[in-house]
Amino acid sequence: MEKKNRHRVKSKYWLLILILVSLLIITVDSVTGGKTPLRYLTAYTVLPFQEGVSKIGKWTSDLKDNFQTLEELQKKNQHLEAQVEELKNENTTLRQDTFELERLRELFKLDDNYLDYEKVGARVIANNSSNWYADFTIDKGSNDGIKVNANVLAGQGLVGIVTEVTPNTARVETIIANNMNISGMVLTTSDTCVIRGDLQDIASGKIRFEKLANNDNEVKIGDEVVTSHISPYFVQGLLIGKISEIEVDANNLTRSGYITPVADFSTLYEVLVITETKEDLVGSKESE
Amino acid sequence: MKKRFNVKRILITGLIVFVCYILQTCLFPHLTFARIKPNLLVILVSAYGFMGGKRTGMLVGFFAGFLLDNTFGTVAGFHMIFYTLLGYINGIFSRIFFDDDIKLPIILISLSDLAYGLVFYFIAFMLAGDFRFGYYLLRIILPETIYTMVIAIVLYPIILYISHRLASAEQRSASRFV
Repeated sequence: MEKKNRHRVKSKYWLLILILVSLLIITVDSVTGGKTPLRYLTAYTVLPFQEGVSKIGKWTSDLKDNFQTLEELQKKNQHLEAQVEELKNENTTLRQDTFELERLRELFKLDDNYLDYEKVGARVIANNSSNWYADFTIDKGSNDGIKVNANVLAGQGLVGIVTEVTPNTARVETIIANNMNISGMVLTTSDTCVIRGDLQDIASGKIRFEKLANNDNEVKIGDEVVTSHISPYFVQGLLIGKISEIEVDANNLTRSGYITPVADFSTLYEVLVITETKEDLVGSKESE
Repeated sequence: MKKRFNVKRILITGLIVFVCYILQTCLFPHLTFARIKPNLLVILVSAYGFMGGKRTGMLVGFFAGFLLDNTFGTVAGFHMIFYTLLGYINGIFSRIFFDDDIKLPIILISLSDLAYGLVFYFIAFMLAGDFRFGYYLLRIILPETIYTMVIAIVLYPIILYISHRLASAEQRSASRFV
């Protein structure tokens, strides 16, 4: 009986010790801003395993996709071929426009550095373990020139922003996360708006935008929304999505609605990271 | 029924936690149903809690939380403290746990995951002013609990089997000295 009692007390002490250690780690972590050697240690030990298992994960979901019927695929192929023709036509006209644009830009001596940013391709190797967040880890880090606040794209659309870097990995927070606010701009009218990530909206495949001025500029469904020139963290002109719903707010001063994002957030395997951050771009301009 | 910590047991348990962590972050994101993935680590921590007692549960919880917080710590340190407590509380039930009964383990694991969801919502969302509890309950917390329960039915016997193998190996090596 005595032995049993002693054992129980011991357990309680253990609990206390472990919680105190947790608290200590939390304090160190928040004081150093997440730059403790512990983080590097876990990043280095876990990385090789994650790379391997991610490949298996991708393979299983590819397997799932293989169950599409031939008929479906043929139909899709037909549709895509028609689209290719359409795009070819569009491309030729656009190319002509590009030449014209370049000439005009030269004429006006405009800086075109926001058009072709330096990019690095990376693979998604791990996702957040919980269902509450949508951040993920990629297999490139500061060794490949990735910095905190670097913007991340997938396909043509904006996906997120880098929040943490280790030498060989980086953690990316997606724009659909609950605490995300991005300054956006409607491409056709150059009006700015605020885009807010939300767990509930993304379940239905859209992102909410707010605070678009209710002026004479007509904004239609299907208009493209890009990152704006006034955003402190996102470089200008990255495509976010197309407007799918829009309505005038009760105050009659602003409009709000929903955007359908271009990037497919449910199947992210490869992403592009823009190695120049907005800070770099603004800084280099000031020093000139 | 006196279980001592030995090196082999600690190493194998650590390995199991590590493997589950890797599966959780790399494989299950590709196996989601309605954007929901199960929570393997809650299964582990809970199972080790009621199988091995308070101390085992706590240590497994601490290690699992440590891994999570150092890679995906959105709410800094949350997992470390929560999993440690979870292991401890599940350890209390080791008194009424029997190997051949699967009802109690599944119920405990489900309740643990439910508690995880509720506590996480409370700390990370409600305190941030997000009061859509009904939505989160129906779309995230409950589906996750159910999916976790289904996975637990498969995973728990494996953990139990490994634990039995370890125990019988220990007994054999112990009897050799007698």
